[in-house]
Amino acid sequence: MVPAHRSRSLSKRPIVLLFAALFAALAFSMTAVVPAHADETNTDKYQYIFSGNVKYNDKPLDAVKITVSGGGYSADVLTDEKGQWKVGVPDKKKYDITLDESTLPKGVIVTEGNTIEAEFGLTNNKTVNFFLGEGVRQTVSFFDQFVSRVMSGLNFGLMLALASIGLTLVFGTTGIANFAHAEMVTFGALMALTFGVVLSWPLWIAFPLAVVLTGALGWAQDVGLWKPLRIKGLSTVQLMIVSIGLSLGLRYIFQYFYGGKTYQLPDSGSTKITLLGPIALSATDMVSMAISIVVLVGVAYWLQKTKTGKATRAIADNATLASASGIDVDRVVRFVWIFGSALAGLSGILWAYFRPGIKWDMGWQILLLIFAAVVLGGLGTAYGALVGSIIVGLLVELSTLWIPSDLKYVGAFVVLIVVLLFRPQGLLGRRERIG
Amino acid sequence: MDWGAIFSNTVVWIISPETIAYALATVGLAVHFGYAGLLNFGQAGFMALGAYGYAISILSFGFPWWAGILVGMAASVVFALILGIPTLRLRADYLAIATIAAAEVVRLLFQTTVFDAFTNSADGLGGYHEGFRAANPIPKGVYGFGPFTYNETDWWVRIFGILLLAVVILLTWLLMRSPWGRVVKGIREDEDAVRALGKNVFSYKMQALILGGVFGSLGGVVFALPSAVVPGAYVPSLTFFLWTVLLLGGAATIFGPVVGSVLFWIIMSFLANVLPRMADAGWLPFMTNAQASIARYILVGIALMLIVVFRPQGILGNKKELTFNAR
Repeated sequence: MVPAHRSRSLSKRPIVLLFAALFAALAFSMTAVVPAHADETNTDKYQYIFSGNVKYNDKPLDAVKITVSGGGYSADVLTDEKGQWKVGVPDKKKYDITLDESTLPKGVIVTEGNTIEAEFGLTNNKTVNFFLGEGVRQTVSFFDQFVSRVMSGLNFGLMLALASIGLTLVFGTTGIANFAHAEMVTFGALMALTFGVVLSWPLWIAFPLAVVLTGALGWAQDVGLWKPLRIKGLSTVQLMIVSIGLSLGLRYIFQYFYGGKTYQLPDSGSTKITLLGPIALSATDMVSMAISIVVLVGVAYWLQKTKTGKATRAIADNATLASASGIDVDRVVRFVWIFGSALAGLSGILWAYFRPGIKWDMGWQILLLIFAAVVLGGLGTAYGALVGSIIVGLLVELSTLWIPSDLKYVGAFVVLIVVLLFRPQGLLGRRERIG
Repeated sequence: MDWGAIFSNTVVWIISPETIAYALATVGLAVHFGYAGLLNFGQAGFMALGAYGYAISILSFGFPWWAGILVGMAASVVFALILGIPTLRLRADYLAIATIAAAEVVRLLFQTTVFDAFTNSADGLGGYHEGFRAANPIPKGVYGFGPFTYNETDWWVRIFGILLLAVVILLTWLLMRSPWGRVVKGIREDEDAVRALGKNVFSYKMQALILGGVFGSLGGVVFALPSAVVPGAYVPSLTFFLWTVLLLGGAATIFGPVVGSVLFWIIMSFLANVLPRMADAGWLPFMTNAQASIARYILVGIALMLIVVFRPQGILGNKKELTFNAR
């Protein structure tokens, strides 16, 4: 899901290896991960030994990290002051032996690949040597990477915020944890695709139309489904399961009409422009962030200053009291459905550029992140959703500095569960909400 | 239209391993939601732990097959403890979100390339069948009648699954008419009243979560027995299908999960057979063959909505034992 062009340095690698090593340690509970001596790992335990000598210009290099892995086994070793290392392995099989380039002195690199696949011959010992040479490692400095991750995290977080506000306001006013909100995100993107690409209308018409149509779908949902169910008096748990059914149905309706393919909007994946030092953004990134910020400021103004916005906050606070003081709850709820859906549709278009690509389940992929953001900020609070979204966006993007990118959502989900443990009302929520 | 083929392709689902696996996992959900009132939306995670616990302990550690099942069950107990401690005190909708996220964490950990040596990441695991098939008491051969004609391995998977299901259902029935079951049902009806009687509500909820989770992991094992373990199978949609099965049959009933699972799969496979054939025969001019196979999933979503709105107690259920009036 991360665009491929987001470059990543080798500095992530030790963490991957560390994870692998930790897992191996759990599995082979007797295996020592930290080498007993600086230069030997598991040589007294296994009879098959890999060894080697790390030298550069005939000078031994110490404290270079070597990792031997294969067949579910993994062990690390650091070279001693003579540059020597030894690792014992359990089987006479093929192993990958990797030299961690970041532990080499500056200006030295492995010239022919830092991973060697090695196999034992007739004996139980095998010598593996790496070819070192002069050179510069092609790595982006940690700081530069950090800054670029922060920028894309902010972009992602702002986009999440647009999607979250609808979810949190609907929850605040009606008590529905609306799983079908993800499908509004997808719907916005699909409408942008339909009008902007399939019918090739100009984008300045197609995109606003997509947002308006998503709002219209929100209106239709409230009129056709949620209001009748409110009148019928379904409990919030039932409503939540209805929304899950709706989400499932809508998702497959999208797949029915658009198939399983990924589509691209025009101008996606445009080149990056360097702005300030390490900050480089593509034109779509900048436009996306600008739109998000302008719209979010507009939402804040609406909530703070307008009559409907104040009424929305009043209903989220206490629906009965709001109704008693003359607020037309049904009208406000309908407005929230339209407004929240339109924002979700807009975020769908931005998400299509960020991913990049449009697919039938694209909204579903971020639904749990939206929930994480909303719960983190406090379910039902609009500003909480904003704060939570930015934190989740940054967390997802920054975590890829340390953990592999296919686990980047895990961090956000773990935060979601931990927040529920220590502060279930969220950062900006009030205690009584969680009951 | 070959109605004979459609019929025989459909009826085999009555005892297919998928049907049995769904029934097992749904009995677990019935313990969670039907009896204890816990809104667990992470049953796919429990199933994944059962399936992976079974496969990994056999493939990577050379365990016998029955020990693999025990590992899967133990993994789900650990998961239930980790999941339950932070979330069981929460209100229903928070619990739903937290469990769905936790199940996704489990799936992503099985799918990532970090633990490739054990999980084979997105490609999944296969080739762990030897021990289970060696334990097969049925002599080699082809048995059965009509559409239900299988070789000894296929029968062994089905019979083992049905036996497991019978044990799980019997256990649930005995537990739910025991004092333990009455306390758990009391928690579903009114947590505070049970607390006022001096019962440790949290502990009972945790026990229910563990029990249902273990049933879920057994469902995962049966799911894995005939073929392979692939992380893409344990997505949240699997949990939603299980919920559809549960609510279709009746949440707080002993046989609801079985009835629901059989009906679910019969209808799904009937549609999977009929719709593409109808599309091919030109009876559905607005539908291509590929669309016809997607249409049935749209119907699952619609069915789930309709059941919850119009018959929340399910086919077998009793309206009095309704569990939706959460605080």
